[in-house]
Amino acid sequence: MSDFVSGFWNIYIAVITIISILGCAVLLWMQSSAKHVEGKTTGHVWDENLEELSNPLPNWWRWLFYLTVIFALFYLAMYPGLGSFKGQYQWTSAGQYDNEMKKADDQYGPIFQKYLKQDIRVVATNPEAREIGQRLFLTYCSQCHGSDAQGAKGFPNLTDKDWLFGGSPEQIKETITQGRSALMPAKGVKPDLSGDEIKDIAHYVRSLSGLAADPIRIHRGRQLFSVACAACHGPEGKGNVGLAPNLADKVWLYGSSEDTIIETISNGRVNQMPAFGDFLGEAKVHLLTAYVYGLGGGQESLHSGTSGNPLLADAPNSAH
Amino acid sequence: MLTHDKIERNVGLLIVLTILTISVAGLLEIVPLFFQKSTTSPANELVKPYDPLRLSGRDIYIREGCYNCHSQMIRPFRAETERYGHYSVAGEFIYDHPFQWGSKRTGPDLARVGGRYSDLWHRTHLLNPRDVVPESNMPAYFWLDRPLNTADIEAKMRALRKVGVPYTDDEIDGAKKAIEGKSELDALIAYLQGMGTAIKQVR
Repeated sequence: MSDFVSGFWNIYIAVITIISILGCAVLLWMQSSAKHVEGKTTGHVWDENLEELSNPLPNWWRWLFYLTVIFALFYLAMYPGLGSFKGQYQWTSAGQYDNEMKKADDQYGPIFQKYLKQDIRVVATNPEAREIGQRLFLTYCSQCHGSDAQGAKGFPNLTDKDWLFGGSPEQIKETITQGRSALMPAKGVKPDLSGDEIKDIAHYVRSLSGLAADPIRIHRGRQLFSVACAACHGPEGKGNVGLAPNLADKVWLYGSSEDTIIETISNGRVNQMPAFGDFLGEAKVHLLTAYVYGLGGGQESLHSGTSGNPLLADAPNSAH
Repeated sequence: MLTHDKIERNVGLLIVLTILTISVAGLLEIVPLFFQKSTTSPANELVKPYDPLRLSGRDIYIREGCYNCHSQMIRPFRAETERYGHYSVAGEFIYDHPFQWGSKRTGPDLARVGGRYSDLWHRTHLLNPRDVVPESNMPAYFWLDRPLNTADIEAKMRALRKVGVPYTDDEIDGAKKAIEGKSELDALIAYLQGMGTAIKQVR
């Protein structure tokens, strides 16, 4: 309330408020001090014989009204209300919010900090951490990846071993923190592809993962693929983590039907994983990473020498 | 002395005193808001008037009655900011005529939905929410994938300029071109993706 364009408004509010409250008290006092005679009417007759008794206000009502006047004055002394006057308690809604946040941080901060100090592989095996992770996942991630983390058309399944941007703890954490954006240009790097050529490529791509396809189209499609698509998806269509998905496996982000693949090649695809680092903070991202890592598809980082993770063997597969 | 009797018998006096009585709250609680910096100036330099595409999207938001189920105001409570982000402040809405704060949440609050989901998610979700959120009870807005009406955008922007949105002549003249060839879906998604992005919660 301290940001009025001029000091006038401060005084304006304070003066009218005080006058209104005191006005109520004075009116009340005037009314109750006036002389009343039991059974006397106001002297005003409506509709032939309707009259109104001029009785005094009931005492209980009058005293309640006085109490509300006293309460109002006390309230305005303690809380903001009179223009820019902040009140004895210095209360603000922002201050109340900050207190609430601080209290929660004091209570939950140590729990988050405890897990933040641990390695993600270890956190992923901790039942309590997984329960926290699941709740975070359901709040922030399930809208796209589904409450079972199995994704939807256009939104990756997080429970399998196929990772577009890598399945190591470090890569998952980077994905959640910074987000990812993916762009497949329409018609790959060969913008002059004809409709029939796109169909050839679609058949070849389907053949890569063993789906039914026309042999002649496969043959033609293979050559077109090496020109238009191989730069990103690799000569054998096995993809590159972080650059282009593997087309030779059974996992299809947008669908494996001929029509869908033709649509993908013709129009390209643009999609994005939003960044959650600033919004959630590192501690929550850490727990979410561990939860996603522990869903069953987590991979070792490329640099670490260990293969397989003995700790994960005991991890509950579904924290439900 | 001014008594019950006198006021009742004098209609002019009755009208004046009645207006005085019922206007006190408005004079004290509403009028000063027009003279406060936090309610009349942008919260920061990122709060800008809606560009033509977002403005068209906002009108679709209103036309489809999104406000019936979605509010656009995050209250300063931890339970809300944990889910939605930084609480809303008045200076974020100064170019909203009328604002869409709302008070009923059948669906989630949308004040900071900008950037939370990808464009593709919004497209899929608006056309059929069940495709991405199986448990959703939001209606499908499958008809939105149709061309945007561009005829009245300039008139809309001029009208908004009259109530204080600082559109320049160049912006108004270029408005029709800026939204040509767009679908209603594009406009609505552009509106949603810009929502609440001026203030970020950093933890």
